Amino acid sequence: MQLRPIVFTAIVCFAAGLWVASFAGFREFLPGLLNGTVVTVQITLGGAALAVVAALVAAMGKMYGVGPLRWIAVAYIETFRGTSALVQLFWLFFVLPHFGVSLDPVPVAILALGLNVGAYGAEVVRGAVNAVPRGQWEATVALNMSRVLALRRIILPQAFVAMIPPWGNLFIELMKATSLVALISVSDLTFRARQMNDITFRTIEIFTIVLVIYLAISIIITVAMRTLERYAARGQGRGRRA
Amino acid sequence: MIWDWGYTFEILPVLAKASIVTIEATLLGFVLAAVLGLVFAILRMSDNPYIGIPTAGIVEFIRSTPLLIQIFFIYFVFPEFGVTLNALTAGVIALGLHYGTYCSEVYRAGIEGVPRGQWEAATALNLSPYDTFKDIIIPQAIPPVVPALGNYLVALFKETPLLSAIAVLELMQTAKILGSQTFRYTEPITLVGLFFLVMSLVSAAAIRALERHLDRRYAR
Repeated sequence: MQLRPIVFTAIVCFAAGLWVASFAGFREFLPGLLNGTVVTVQITLGGAALAVVAALVAAMGKMYGVGPLRWIAVAYIETFRGTSALVQLFWLFFVLPHFGVSLDPVPVAILALGLNVGAYGAEVVRGAVNAVPRGQWEATVALNMSRVLALRRIILPQAFVAMIPPWGNLFIELMKATSLVALISVSDLTFRARQMNDITFRTIEIFTIVLVIYLAISIIITVAMRTLERYAARGQGRGRRA
Repeated sequence: MIWDWGYTFEILPVLAKASIVTIEATLLGFVLAAVLGLVFAILRMSDNPYIGIPTAGIVEFIRSTPLLIQIFFIYFVFPEFGVTLNALTAGVIALGLHYGTYCSEVYRAGIEGVPRGQWEAATALNLSPYDTFKDIIIPQAIPPVVPALGNYLVALFKETPLLSAIAVLELMQTAKILGSQTFRYTEPITLVGLFFLVMSLVSAAAIRALERHLDRRYAR
């Protein structure tokens, strides 16, 4: 996102907020929506944490794993990138219990979305690691570092900077995908929107506010990732400022 | 027994029929996305700030909010303004609008990739902005970005199960109905997953082939 559209949309959000506040009776549905927002944020954070771990493990497995380990990583990445997030969610929710694994809806939601985004993230990690100049690897060999040490101390810290912008996009995708969990009856923002709509019939107001809340979360993610990027780029000889 | 083959073959024809709706929604949605994307891209590049910035705002707004909410919005809120749509139409419009904003970024990259000399030549030849776009810029901007558009076609295809939320009888909804009738969710949902996996792998291979073909043709 560029800065000017952010400012523009922020102004529109503010205007929409004022417009909404002018409705009589918005207190009927706003608390419900805010409860839903909390659940949405929780699932986003949980999913993001799982996605980062899954992506790192899968990318390392795909790049440096031996035999079966590599195949598992590739199968995981291709399966989760190749099928719909919703199908994965339903599969974990409806099919896993048949194998004797029964999870509550919220853990299923975090698991499904985290693994889904993690599969895309694995390719981001791989791309970023491959983008580290070859000379860096050669230098670690010359210094007699083990591969793990080289990855940990030399390669990943440099790859990390290049990873941040695509991860920002993935986190926004993840946040958007959390709306799917309403379909397995997790009471997130989307679920609450439908619930409040069924109770109060204030369709226009409710769905407009919900859109604005999602937009606000995504703007927060964008700004946070920009900040993180600036910090991470310090001392790496990249970016505009040191 | 976890997997029942008899049941699998029983539901296969039903799912095959439902997959036609899924493919229909994908193709209609993508045609809409491809057209809207170009419109968004051109409006966003407009020199007039009263057109360019609001368009950018709308594109970012649609891109940053969930597709599911947009589907609900079109299906539930539009009737309040007197526009009642059936579920499939509402779903196709939402898919087209959402992916139109993604496509617009792809087109923008394509248009910005056209060398500046082409614009200057069009000015020198006194072509109108319309003719410049139609005859000079678009024909050069689009072929290089076709693979990127193809990726969004696959992404859109994978989002069609969301239409089950407004009860479009596509693959996912059919699988859910089958599951609720027999209390056997394993087979229908796994088959739907396999269907998407196979289609995605096939289309990914097709896009790679197309990319190679374009690389040769435009000697990049």
